[in-house]
Amino acid sequence: MEHIIYTGDKPVKEIFEVFSETLEELFHEDSSVVYIDADLMASMRTKDLWEKYPKNVFNTGIQEANMVGVAGGMNLTGLKPYIHSFAPFAVRRCFDQIYVTVGYAHKSVRIIGSEPGICATDNGGTHMTFEDMALMRTIPEACVIDISDAGMFRQLLKKTKDRRGVTYFRTPRRGLPDIYAPETVFEIGKGKILREGHDAAVIASGIMVSSALQAAELLHEEGIEVSVIDPVTVKPLDYDLIEMFARKTKAIVTVENHSITGGLGSAVAETVSERYPVPVERIGVYDRFGQVGNEAFLREQYLLTTEEIVNRVKNLVKRKNEI
Amino acid sequence: MNNKEIALFANDIRRNVVCAIGKKGGGHIGGSLSICDLLAVLYGEIMKYDPENPDWEERDYLVCSKGHAAPAIYSALALKGFFPMEWLEELNRPGTRLPGHSDRKVPGIDATTGSLGQGLSIACGIAHGLKVQGRGQSVFCITGDGENDEGQIWEAAAYAANYNLDNLIMFLDWNKKQIDGRNEDVMRLGDLAMKYRSFGWNSHRVNGHDVEEIRQTIYTAVRDKNGKPTMILLDTVKGAGISCIEQIENNHCIGLPEKLVKECLGELSLVQGICLKN
Ligand SMILES: Cc1ncc(C[n+]2csc(CCOP(=O)(O)OP(=O)(O)O)c2C)c(N)n1
Repeated sequence: MEHIIYTGDKPVKEIFEVFSETLEELFHEDSSVVYIDADLMASMRTKDLWEKYPKNVFNTGIQEANMVGVAGGMNLTGLKPYIHSFAPFAVRRCFDQIYVTVGYAHKSVRIIGSEPGICATDNGGTHMTFEDMALMRTIPEACVIDISDAGMFRQLLKKTKDRRGVTYFRTPRRGLPDIYAPETVFEIGKGKILREGHDAAVIASGIMVSSALQAAELLHEEGIEVSVIDPVTVKPLDYDLIEMFARKTKAIVTVENHSITGGLGSAVAETVSERYPVPVERIGVYDRFGQVGNEAFLREQYLLTTEEIVNRVKNLVKRKNEI
Repeated sequence: MNNKEIALFANDIRRNVVCAIGKKGGGHIGGSLSICDLLAVLYGEIMKYDPENPDWEERDYLVCSKGHAAPAIYSALALKGFFPMEWLEELNRPGTRLPGHSDRKVPGIDATTGSLGQGLSIACGIAHGLKVQGRGQSVFCITGDGENDEGQIWEAAAYAANYNLDNLIMFLDWNKKQIDGRNEDVMRLGDLAMKYRSFGWNSHRVNGHDVEEIRQTIYTAVRDKNGKPTMILLDTVKGAGISCIEQIENNHCIGLPEKLVKECLGELSLVQGICLKN
């Protein structure tokens, strides 16, 4: 089990702070690291870096597809690009460029999609991505990371510096509570066990990890003990860990700030049905588009609440015991 | 409407933009304010429309490709009676009828935009669709200068010229700023009027806050069709019409606390002969 420090309080550092700090560290460690943005530096608070590192930081203006192509070309010259936009524009808007220029051509490019899913809040439906993990997961050799903690973000940004292919980070810009102790080591393809219980396993990613931890506590008060797993990378998924918990608990609930089609829920259900079939409940967005709202409202709208996790776990445990 | 009335209408649009964004607590005010004079000309004098029947087949179409300027469009639509003024108070709130980015579900809105660079293609489709059906009305489209970074804009520009879409008039809101700063510092696009001309368009540069100039240029474009689409480069100021907003260097999307709302409205009510509407 992982040593966790989750309290639900504000994080020591916001994601955007960690992003700038880490990029700066990377520039110093390896002068071939570059960061490109498409007119959203002000949102990610990286404009200082743009001024300070003219050989490492570039702005394409509002040109996401071009940004992906440029990143691919720069990589061919030996540079190591990190590119950022809001998740819909970083993924949906330029998917073919990502697929061909980066994926199929085996370039090494890291894509940071900020404010995924309901984190788009006031920007509404055009900016709300419930499909980014689904899209990215279909690219061969791609890595898909649903960030749940600032420390995780920092470490994996660094660890993927030389990784070939598409590496995709989806993350809010702020408001992500700290979960992991500072000494935690993160690896691509290695999930984390945050809590153990035999009644069911709740596998949650990104902003839903803290909700899963809260739900686990509420369930504990009612005498139901659940495991909580953070897959860290939705692709490659930690298949062995998922299978182990399917065997242990015989009941799986997935929770994601994403459509239940194609994302974490799908990945887990595919694995479980092939390796050790047990009932799987997927919590996430059901075939719906985004809309305007604050986070609390959107969580209610798309059933991404702690109560939903509690209820679905209870139903599943009941169902499991009836089988 | 005469020019004086159009100017007052523009002022009313600005008032509503401020009230609506103020009620929400903040939003995309800079790029909304820069197109208010254009909207006053379009909805006050140029466009054919029917607020009772927003989807009237003979209407002129308007695509606001820079979808984040929706507060300005909604304000004009409300003032013209497409929906009750009270709707503006729920701008971009949870469950709203008026999402912050221009949305087709709102009466009077012809295209859902917000992902920049897509609207000019939609406008091309409308213009071409009308043409092949032998329908005579005009299609207007508003793009941002930052938005013109997008490659899709230039695909649409080629398409419009290739298919001789002279029923298409595109306004480029040249307020010289985007999110990360000035266009000059983020992505230089050079002389946009010349670029469009070299793509086979008519292009004109006008003072985007001079209603007479805007109006005459549109009239001429609609009247003297020559087989080419028309681009009108509107020389504008981001946040135009309210000096306390203009002065904020990054006024793209800002919080609008009550104090600032009051200051803005104070400035707007100085415009002579204003017909106060809330
Ligand atoms: C495809 C896409 N990329 C990025 C954004 C985020 N974004 C919203 S507004 C904006 C700047 C727009 O600049 P401009 O077109 O000049 O508009 P204006 O200054 O007139 O408001 C950006 C980058 C977006 N909405 N769509």
